[in-house]
Amino acid sequence: MKLLYFAWLKQKIGIGAEEVTLPDEVNDVAGVVAWLKTRGDNYATALKDDAIVRVAVNQTYAKPDTTVSNGDEVALFPPVTGG
Amino acid sequence: MIRVQREDFDVGEEMRSLTTGNTGIGGLASFVGLVRDMAGGAGDSAMTLEHYPGMTERLLTEIDEEAHRRWPLEGSMMIHRHGRLEPGEQIVMVLTASAHRQAALDSCAFLIDWLKTQAPFWKLEETPDGASWVEARASDDVAAARWAKPGTDG
Repeated sequence: MKLLYFAWLKQKIGIGAEEVTLPDEVNDVAGVVAWLKTRGDNYATALKDDAIVRVAVNQTYAKPDTTVSNGDEVALFPPVTGG
Repeated sequence: MIRVQREDFDVGEEMRSLTTGNTGIGGLASFVGLVRDMAGGAGDSAMTLEHYPGMTERLLTEIDEEAHRRWPLEGSMMIHRHGRLEPGEQIVMVLTASAHRQAALDSCAFLIDWLKTQAPFWKLEETPDGASWVEARASDDVAAARWAKPGTDG
């Protein structure tokens, strides 16, 4: 899976993109976020307030129960502030 | 049409290009967003706009198509810049053209309200205390919510 991070999530995690292989039991957006939190303090800190984290799967806004698999592009970011 | 670009744009030129050759247009509405000086003139208050290439274009295209479904538009144009911008610089432009003013004005407001709450851009402000990410405003969600259709969460 291709993971992308933007804005302060990118700063807190320390990278903007990475390729990962999901554990077999992770198959939805909520699972990805929960799994990422276990990967280190930087992830745990960045995703601490996960209610405000927005997730897009293949460049479309997703919900916690949106299914994901290893071929997907999943992006995590804060609420948008453009315009 | 939509464009996401680093470079500045010329509103007059974009207006001419949207309306030239279409005499069915009776009303052209515009919104132009500028970088506001948050430091009140006391030092640097430039900002850097980060975006999600690919998803940004996809989202703006979807919002543009939705405006054309909801209003009888003769044309529309959205431009959003990214990169570092100084106070006074143009960030965003929305143009909508229709036979009559109401469709042009309403669809223009719809597009900028939806863009602000949906399009994946993030502002990093330079302040005297260092760089700081701008927080999303609940009032922007309220502004966008007035365009939601009954029975949807968009």
